[in-house]
Amino acid sequence: MSNEKENLQIERYTPNDRSFHWATAISFILLAISGLAMFHPALFWLSNLLGGGQWTRILHPFIGLLMFGLFAILVFRFWHHNLMEPVDWQWLKQIDDVLNNREEKLPHIGRYNAGQKLLFFTLLGCMIGLLLSGLVIWRAYFSWIFPIGIIRFSALLHAFCAFILITSIIVHIYAAIWVKGSIGAMVRGKVSFGWARKHHRLWFDEIVKTPNEKQ
Amino acid sequence: MSLQSLDIKRLSATTVEPPSAREPITGTVAKLIDVTKCIGCKACQTACMEWNDLRDEVGENHGTYDNPRDMSEHSWTVMRFSEYENPNGNLEWLIRKDGCMHCEDPGCLKACPSPGAIVQYTNGIVDFHEENCIGCGYCVSGCPFDVPRISKKDNRAYKCTLCSDRVAVGQEPACVKSCPTGAIVFGTKEDMKQHAAERIIDLKSRGFDQAGLYDPAGVGGTHVMYVLHHADNPSLYHGLPNKPRISPMIGVWKGLAKPLAVASMAAAALIGFFHYTRIGPNEVSEEEEREAIEEAQASKEAHHE
Repeated sequence: MSNEKENLQIERYTPNDRSFHWATAISFILLAISGLAMFHPALFWLSNLLGGGQWTRILHPFIGLLMFGLFAILVFRFWHHNLMEPVDWQWLKQIDDVLNNREEKLPHIGRYNAGQKLLFFTLLGCMIGLLLSGLVIWRAYFSWIFPIGIIRFSALLHAFCAFILITSIIVHIYAAIWVKGSIGAMVRGKVSFGWARKHHRLWFDEIVKTPNEKQ
Repeated sequence: MSLQSLDIKRLSATTVEPPSAREPITGTVAKLIDVTKCIGCKACQTACMEWNDLRDEVGENHGTYDNPRDMSEHSWTVMRFSEYENPNGNLEWLIRKDGCMHCEDPGCLKACPSPGAIVQYTNGIVDFHEENCIGCGYCVSGCPFDVPRISKKDNRAYKCTLCSDRVAVGQEPACVKSCPTGAIVFGTKEDMKQHAAERIIDLKSRGFDQAGLYDPAGVGGTHVMYVLHHADNPSLYHGLPNKPRISPMIGVWKGLAKPLAVASMAAAALIGFFHYTRIGPNEVSEEEEREAIEEAQASKEAHHE
């Protein structure tokens, strides 16, 4: 029985996809903890999780470089699925139907919906902004190269990009909790036929019409 | 810190009021540096090294009298020598003792993310508590006077303490004690302003029409003040800022952005929670599952034919 059920699933993420995703996610959590600790006094206690203030300051930029590298790999693997198409704009216009679970009213979409695609580009922009501004405010190695005006601007830009990034990830995590089956997709790599057909009809059609080992 | 002879008025990265029952009745203190009386002997630099047990590296001669070339974690004050040709074609040698200005509204303290790494005492002195410093360098971005220096060795920020340890026991700062011409004086801010006013009258009578006190309002006034012969143009004195203020970028970053960003992130999570409890999860029904499998099988068979 369980074997039969397993056969009735579609692979959505390969083991490599999943590993790069979760490595990026773990580094993001560490960065959010250490970054928020240095952003707001009310959250400074989070610095204890990384071994105190000095350790938080030391580790944050190195983990940042790691996250950027990991995310770059994700971009390389997924960018071609994330280009906006006309149907995505229609989907976005019906965001009210999306939020109220009236999925039957929505146009059929491909492997990713407009929300996921826009998230992809938002994250990409934030990551680039964070990398560049982060290098400028990396006091131990790079800040001495830059004039004070650039450093001040970078501190503000870094906080702004981080705010957008963290808020986007909160939405990303919530969407995964909300749309049942999504977490399984990223944890075990597979989704059910029903999940694929309901949420990503064009992708489903593509999969079932091309006979291969993916099913 | 316990209540003691130097009580704390403001702590970095702290959102509640520090103990504030005790206030200095005579008001805050100030150091007044009369640039017009300075002979550039650097006794103050030496006294600072001696009192604070600081020894900077012996540098090289770069063709100026500035030695060391810049402030560092080991040089909390440096004499800056500027050669100025005045409109009459005469040379003026403007010598300014550079160091922390002890702002009433300190940009370093505003920018600091580590609770209690920077304190402002009720007497106006701004002090770094290096044991709490995390070495991020935000104080450097916050300072309008380019004063804090981060040690490469221990990654902590250092600057002039206005000899808070001496002031706490009723003594004047070491630089004040050592000055041979009386160019540096120390007392309550009120007294120092009065003393400066007398000096300015004297300077004006000697032809320095633009003589004045440097106590910039942009940072709420400072607890280190200068008497300048050219108060109309402080930047003549090795780039002393004409109108110093905390950069608006620091103001936004450390002001509105902090509560707004944290509240927005919390709101995003809360909105998610309420969406879940009102609308509920988006699930695939068994019927939808069956339809999908049937469709997949139909399509498979179509391929086989």
